[in-house]
Amino acid sequence: MANAVKIHVGDTDFFYGLNQALYNVNIQIRDRCVTALIGPSGCGKSTFLRALNRMNDLIPGARLAGRVELDGADIYSPTMDVTLLRRRVGMIFQKSNPFPMSIYENVAYGPRVNGIAKRRSELDQIVERTLRGAALWDEVRDGLNRSAMSLSGGQQQRLCIARALAVEPEVILMDEPASALDPISTAKIEELIYQLKRDYTIVIVTHNMQQAARVSDETGFFLNGHLVEFSETKKLFTAPSKRETEDYITGRFG
Amino acid sequence: MPDREHTSKHYEQQLRLLKDKLLLMSHQAEQMIADAIRSLVERRPTLADEVISRDDTLDQLELEIDTLCYQILALEQPVARDLRFLATALKIVRDIERIGDTAVNIAERARELIQEPEMKRLIAIPLMAEAAQRILKESLDAFVNEDADLAEKVIESDTEIDDLYEQIFRELLTYMIEDTHYVSRAIKLIFIAKHLERVGDHSSNIAEMVVFMVRGQDIRHGTRPDRG
Repeated sequence: MANAVKIHVGDTDFFYGLNQALYNVNIQIRDRCVTALIGPSGCGKSTFLRALNRMNDLIPGARLAGRVELDGADIYSPTMDVTLLRRRVGMIFQKSNPFPMSIYENVAYGPRVNGIAKRRSELDQIVERTLRGAALWDEVRDGLNRSAMSLSGGQQQRLCIARALAVEPEVILMDEPASALDPISTAKIEELIYQLKRDYTIVIVTHNMQQAARVSDETGFFLNGHLVEFSETKKLFTAPSKRETEDYITGRFG
Repeated sequence: MPDREHTSKHYEQQLRLLKDKLLLMSHQAEQMIADAIRSLVERRPTLADEVISRDDTLDQLELEIDTLCYQILALEQPVARDLRFLATALKIVRDIERIGDTAVNIAERARELIQEPEMKRLIAIPLMAEAAQRILKESLDAFVNEDADLAEKVIESDTEIDDLYEQIFRELLTYMIEDTHYVSRAIKLIFIAKHLERVGDHSSNIAEMVVFMVRGQDIRHGTRPDRG
């Protein structure tokens, strides 16, 4: 894998108050690759994901020690503009959460408040481009003023992806983006992830190991807050180097 | 099977069934080679016929094992060592089936040879057969016990069989040069030696797959990585 390192996480611990959630994690997340994080519930993978755009800042008592660098710059440095960071590192959640407004407004919201587009024609372009990018355009082009809530679950999730794309991020974090979707919608999201990695760096947390195997280039396995193994997906799923990884992915766990 | 069991009992049971079928099939192939050689040495045409008739069971088992592998691949999506076990099963089933065919070929030559007077007392061929059966058994033991060290030993001892083949070939060649009446029988014996040599090759293939299954390293065609 020749792609440059986009996010470097070095010797990172994470605490919720007195509880340590991550222990000395080291990962290099590569540019324009899909990195999957797997592991049982409570293993720290979502904590790790949220640490990448400081979503954990909002939790009282949460504390990170170590270095998380985006393009070489420490994102936990006091000079880091967190709003700008979250624009560069977008996030998609398990449950789609469109704003209670029209499809158009959902996508236009980010560019508008961030001052990316000012004129209506520019906004129109961004809305079309990002809805195309999220593989939703053909399904909604004739009803952009419909409420986002009228869309199906799978469409809502792709709308959320479009909304994330609209502010031109560099990294997209996805926390179980397809776990609430039917198999066809899941396949569409997975195909979309494939398409998106041409332009974006993607980090995805999933309980669905086959999904991790299908969509990712590299996979990290977390257990009890430790990163047990991090390697190329094709290696991890054919010949993992750690016994714990082997037991987990083959279903011999617990 | 590894010491820890799958959380999914059904999956575990499917893998066990596959392993049991492979064990049954390999045991039968082993027995066929042993009996084919015995029919020659002890000059027993009925035993040779019996070996030939047993090939159908082996073919049937090959089909069952293939089908089971496809089902497990499609329905359980095995990964890691389970995937390597499946890949190994699919490959060695072919080697085991070919070993059965080899036993049939040996039995056929034996049947023909029995009808002619004994050319000489057979010494080197039973010796070679013993060596071939031993490494066949060891390769299958290595598979059952997931023993990569034993598998490596098998791969090394394959040269022993190749050497025996050379020796038999030269010996029978001198018989043919001395007396042309020996040619037909000597050629048949050379065929048998060649078949035994193939049993060694198949055992070696099985052993290579066992190393892959256990260690995740592909050592075929000299691609063995340096082990640190």
